[in-house]
Amino acid sequence: MSTSVDTPRGWRASALKIAEAATHPLVPADFLDLFAPLRTGAELRGRIESIHPETADAATLVIRPGADWAGHVPGQYVRIGIDVDGVRNWRAYSLTHGPRADGRISITVKAVPDGKVSNHIVRDSRPGTLVHLEQAAGEFVLPTPVPGQRTKLLFVTAGSGITPVIGMLRNLFPVTDAGVVRLARSAAYDITVVHVAPSHPDSIFSRDLEALDAAGCIRLVARYDDEHGILDLADLETLVPDLAERTTFGCGPGGLLDALAAHHDARGLPLYVEQFRVTTIVAGEGGTVAFDRTGALVSCDGARPILEQAEEAGVLMPSGCRMGICYQCVLPMREGVVRDLRTGELTTAVPGETPSGGVLIQTCINAAAGPCHLDH
Amino acid sequence: MTTIQKKPRIGQVNPIAHLTTEDLEAMAVELDAIRQSVVDTRGEADARYIRRVIKTQRSLELGSRVVLLASIFPPAWIVGTAGLSVAKILENMEIGHNILHGQWDWMRDPKIHSTTWEWDSATPAAQWKYAHNELHHNFTNVIGKDNDLGYGIMRVDEDQPWLPMHLGQPLWNFVNALFFEYGIAAYDVELRGAMLHKTTKDPKFQREFKAVLAKIRRQVTKDYVVHPAASALTGSFLTTIAANFTANTVRNLWSHSVIMCGHFPEGVQTFEKRSIDGETKPEWYVRQMLGSANISGSKLMHIMTGNLSHQIEHHLFPDLPSNRYGEIAPKVKDLFERYGLDYCERPLSQQVYSAWHKVVRLSLPNGWLDQTTTRNLPGQLKRLYQMTTGGPKVRRALQARMTQENRRMAKAA
Repeated sequence: MSTSVDTPRGWRASALKIAEAATHPLVPADFLDLFAPLRTGAELRGRIESIHPETADAATLVIRPGADWAGHVPGQYVRIGIDVDGVRNWRAYSLTHGPRADGRISITVKAVPDGKVSNHIVRDSRPGTLVHLEQAAGEFVLPTPVPGQRTKLLFVTAGSGITPVIGMLRNLFPVTDAGVVRLARSAAYDITVVHVAPSHPDSIFSRDLEALDAAGCIRLVARYDDEHGILDLADLETLVPDLAERTTFGCGPGGLLDALAAHHDARGLPLYVEQFRVTTIVAGEGGTVAFDRTGALVSCDGARPILEQAEEAGVLMPSGCRMGICYQCVLPMREGVVRDLRTGELTTAVPGETPSGGVLIQTCINAAAGPCHLDH
Repeated sequence: MTTIQKKPRIGQVNPIAHLTTEDLEAMAVELDAIRQSVVDTRGEADARYIRRVIKTQRSLELGSRVVLLASIFPPAWIVGTAGLSVAKILENMEIGHNILHGQWDWMRDPKIHSTTWEWDSATPAAQWKYAHNELHHNFTNVIGKDNDLGYGIMRVDEDQPWLPMHLGQPLWNFVNALFFEYGIAAYDVELRGAMLHKTTKDPKFQREFKAVLAKIRRQVTKDYVVHPAASALTGSFLTTIAANFTANTVRNLWSHSVIMCGHFPEGVQTFEKRSIDGETKPEWYVRQMLGSANISGSKLMHIMTGNLSHQIEHHLFPDLPSNRYGEIAPKVKDLFERYGLDYCERPLSQQVYSAWHKVVRLSLPNGWLDQTTTRNLPGQLKRLYQMTTGGPKVRRALQARMTQENRRMAKAA
């Protein structure tokens, strides 16, 4: 008798092998997905259960994640793959609830001007839609309090930079119909929030922050550009007198975070920041194409295909018809922007927004429209 | 003009003799615009379409295979076999062929992508993509370059010299139809060429050949071992084998017929190798237009042919989503008409008949079939016998005489 039949592992492995033989060239999961896309062992997905408007241009999605969701720590973000006009796009959004009793997760999205995905989520997403997920990630989480000592924190947030912070605050200070619940674990934290927004009605979660402030859970310093003028970080010490005792967590646009870093560096204060969009890609004409596996760098003009110019520079490339019809030349672009020479259409790969494998491009009909990184 | 260099035969004219270079360029601009109109409006509805077809196919395949677990009962056998045949046809035609063309790559769904898709066929997707997407679609109907024309086993044009072995080509073609997926696999791996040129020891060939064998082994295991073994519980082992064999054969006959209709019927042009030297994009377009043929019919017919019923549109724009070919077909047809070109489109039965008629006609010496009547049959058979058994000299002499007679007949008519 073979041992593989005796051990469950061996038995299960054999069963899987037989199931794979039965479904070839598909895999058993392809058929199981027809019935149970959120089951254990499935690729990680979630189903949108409800959508709640927060402001005129922001909404919270409550999502039931698949069985293999490993949970998260408040402050972390999730990468979500959502189809917009039939095209899958990936974006990172903060989880805006601490782990919930019902196992659901939520993200809050603000529609940014020209934001393909954020506008789709806020205005066109529908309950019941399946989305793709990656496990929660991110280091922007609450520090563990030292026993017997109060942890003094300052959150500096701007606009939708409030979202990871609201996830942390909700976890510390859950709000029920009866009001804020005082948990033992939240007693260890002393929190000030400096929140910057263009105006009060446009500010996501302003009511939640005000409620927490009124309940005495946090001290809120709200700065609305239309009321208080643009925040000058030189005023931070006035707004937060005990600034020096606090550990600062900043989340918001790059400009604010850069200023905050300069401010804190000058004073030797501790600072943790979170920024989702690290790269802004602007299309131009041509650029250096980096072949990340071989280390080759080819300076390409914007008028001819990458394939042609890389080959001239001695890079061995997969190729085929050279006219865009056979798809033998596709390579993953991890970062960068290319222009379809036939149509002028741009394809952009932004790390953190595109699938982790990159965006597949046809090198025979695309020209560099900026610096590019190809996985080749 | 480089596109069709062939000297027209008797009774034939060069179909693009009336078009200037400027005409071709203007036509190309219009075609580019048609392509762009689809690219611009590609979106959610298209994504929903392919997902729905995939879901339907998987449900049908699963359901049919479950029913076949009891295939010992004749109604179950009939229902299961019919369902599995349709599922296999959908899988190969509307799903596999089109995904492997990159028609759905724009969705950025890694599961429905030309780089990851593997299909229910003896030929591995990677090898097929090379032979089909690269060679066939690039060199459409160029004799000696596009082996899809006759798959290297048939005489497909009057200009190819007739040899006695061509007499057998209707039979080869039928056998090829029955085992089409294996024929394609052998063709994609260039088995015949490797054997002819004695390059079977070549490492590249070895590697690809092994990949084909591995793929065939997995296909055979599924259809003829695992599924029948699961059916054995109800005593349906052999009947499930029969069901899978039948479904595979139905799929082979169907796909062979559809594919024959694409480039083989009468009225479709073939091109000389020399004709594509320095070919421009407009000339490439016109070669695709004249080298392909469509099947007219219902929406169901289009889906079951993988929209290869719109072969002309597919060859012009191989990477547009298949569900959109029907929508651009009237525009393409209108363009053919305005430029005085023949849009070769007929119902399936007529195209299949036409293609088979051509196979038979070309299996015989040029003109033989045309001038054979019941009255002169004995004489014609004698002549054919002489050409078959005689050497090249006899063949040439008799062919020359036949060509002359044909010319005279054409003049008299």
